[in-house]
Amino acid sequence: MKWLLVAIIVSGNTTSDLLNALGMRRHGEVREFHPSAIGRLITALAKNRYVAGGIIAMAISFFALLSLLSIADLSFAIPATSASYMIETVLAKVILKEDVRWQRWLGACLVAAGVGLLAIE
Amino acid sequence: MKTPRLLAIAAVLFNVAGNYCLSVGMKESGKLVSVAPLDYLRVLLNPWIAFGVALLFGWLIAQLSLLSWADLTWVLPITALGYALPAVLGALFLHERVQATRWAGVALIVSGVAVVSRTIPRTHRARGGSTH
Repeated sequence: MKWLLVAIIVSGNTTSDLLNALGMRRHGEVREFHPSAIGRLITALAKNRYVAGGIIAMAISFFALLSLLSIADLSFAIPATSASYMIETVLAKVILKEDVRWQRWLGACLVAAGVGLLAIE
Repeated sequence: MKTPRLLAIAAVLFNVAGNYCLSVGMKESGKLVSVAPLDYLRVLLNPWIAFGVALLFGWLIAQLSLLSWADLTWVLPITALGYALPAVLGALFLHERVQATRWAGVALIVSGVAVVSRTIPRTHRARGGSTH
């Protein structure tokens, strides 16, 4: 059950990150952070189909995380759910057409290895 | 250049604090592996979980704002600090046993963050800035 929940969380996170990145690229830079501007931002994002889809995927992932936290330690749950790391880097290059140079690959590899070590029980 | 870094710090802090509150709340609430939505709504009545959800809402706003300024391949490694800090918080406040391998993991993550933080946050052309 623990690893099924991890799989649900990983799929949800990957989908959510890609959709949110696409949606926020279309939205443009967020420059103001006072309460009324954040209110307007939330209204605008609610109409953004990519972000809405990203948040639905995130919600599925969130409820699976709640379940996982009830049966596993925090220091297992969070690292284990980040297995999507390298997949997301590849998808960001292919789908989002990001310029992923060696520093970012190295950084992603170091972080993925670190996250893997964190997940060892 | 300053805004993405400030947003990244905010996203990491909101994320770590939110997940910490959820973990404390879920330890109080007991096991929850269910497909019934009401079971999940019930645990939201726990103050730790309610506060954790509020903090994660702050994380969502910071993360989405950060994605409007930076590439996903910049955001992912930088905000991975949020994976390293729970190991430290888990050891300090939840009395979870953290092994040497996990500390090595924390060191690797910090190295990865250091490498990526030296790259330009956004490689694609910015769309016109929003007034939000």
